[in-house]
Amino acid sequence: MSNPQELRYSKEHEWLSGAADGVSTVGITEHAANALGDVVYVQLPEVGAAVTAGETCGELESTKSVSDLYSPVTGEITEVNQDVVDDPALVNTAPFEGGWLFKVRVADEPEDLLSADEYTEFSGSDSGS
Amino acid sequence: MSSNTPVEPRRTALDALHRSLGATMTDFAGWDMPLRYGSERDEHLAVRSRAGLFDLSHMGEITVSGPQAAALLDFALVGNIGGVKTGRARYTMICRADGGILDDLIVYRLADTAYLIVANASNAQVVLDAVVERAEGFDAEVRDDRDAYALIAVQGPESPGILKSLTDADLDGLKYYAGLPGTVAGVPALIARTGYTGEDGFELFVAPADAAKLWQALTDAGAPAGLVPCGLSCRDTLRLEAGMPLYGNELSTSLTPFDAGLGRVVKFEKEGDFVGREALSEAAARAESQPPRVLVGLVAEGRRVPRAGYPVVAGGGVGGGGGVEVVGEVTSGAPSPTLGRPIAMAYVDAAHSAPGTTGVGVDIRGSHEPYEVVALPFYKRQR
Repeated sequence: MSNPQELRYSKEHEWLSGAADGVSTVGITEHAANALGDVVYVQLPEVGAAVTAGETCGELESTKSVSDLYSPVTGEITEVNQDVVDDPALVNTAPFEGGWLFKVRVADEPEDLLSADEYTEFSGSDSGS
Repeated sequence: MSSNTPVEPRRTALDALHRSLGATMTDFAGWDMPLRYGSERDEHLAVRSRAGLFDLSHMGEITVSGPQAAALLDFALVGNIGGVKTGRARYTMICRADGGILDDLIVYRLADTAYLIVANASNAQVVLDAVVERAEGFDAEVRDDRDAYALIAVQGPESPGILKSLTDADLDGLKYYAGLPGTVAGVPALIARTGYTGEDGFELFVAPADAAKLWQALTDAGAPAGLVPCGLSCRDTLRLEAGMPLYGNELSTSLTPFDAGLGRVVKFEKEGDFVGREALSEAAARAESQPPRVLVGLVAEGRRVPRAGYPVVAGGGVGGGGGVEVVGEVTSGAPSPTLGRPIAMAYVDAAHSAPGTTGVGVDIRGSHEPYEVVALPFYKRQR
């Protein structure tokens, strides 16, 4: 699998787009989606909610497990992807595209976000998930 | 977990094949087993509509033979094993003296004086130890055959056609819960019409050295019919939809077969004593007079998935509020690919166990999600 170069990545396997007008798009990586298996339920934060980098802001359920969703940055939710709420399989089929999860107006971002190459190496050596 | 569980998981004879197919592997009862090859939902639907191929080599085989093999099994297990005809199989259980379930089993009568017991991987040693201990005084040999067999299952409506193309065995004459020795794709096999999916299908017991050849032949023969390799993840959702219990979830040593709604497997009318008879008589009477919790099906009205151990609640209104009481506990839960909604099996108090009961919920991490009580199974194939 290939992780898009233009995105940055958290160690909790979220991706973050470059900010347009201060707003970034967030999703989970293909590596994370593959590890979860078929996603069947997505709970996202509310529009207007404040999220904090590294803290949980929702959950993803797959056939076998429930996983917390972490925000890779601190900020305010401006939009959530209703399509993925209605059809959670988008997380598996298009994790970097139609399976995006929410948009956030970034107030602060941690310094340890990874580049695509760094994340590829990180997830490749990450035996647990 | 026993203290002698090896650190390195055991690998089946098909391990290299699974890896070449890109399987996601998982540790299961000390074995490294395929969890899924691609989408577990697609694998599940393939078994319901076409056919799926499973490696079940982790299951534990025990051979019991000798003049008193039948007598031994009638003593050691709760079923009427002596009454099983040669070539037929029986779903049964092995219990402790206090009636607690040690494992659920399938027993195949291979010959007049020879049986094959198939135990769950997680319980195989416990079952072997118990049968060996109970064999004292019987003229019968108990043999650990866990390493003697690989087990490959082909399940789904297309499975008879697929298997027919590879064997001369009389599959039409092979009834559900029957087994016969034969040859499949040139490989000697015990061909059994059994499974754990709720579909028609076969389980093939073969020598480990022959497993890869058989797997490949089934893969090739099944390709035109849409057969796909399937992992343990979909096996679990298939058996759940079919209302089949899983040891460790619906069955445990703290429950008797009567507690699990499976009292019918206990055959008091058979001759002679058997381990657990007295305790099980009492359990049967108790189940009659003051039924304990009852194993039911639950179907979600929403989309959140119940998991084993989640409380079943009633009262107080859905969404929380006061006056909520815990009336049961989920034992297995999953999104049902066939129903398109989350389902669960749960033990609930008798007062809330009737199919159609509403006002019941599952506490999903603090949120009370509405569920409807339904009769098991969730899915029954058309025959």
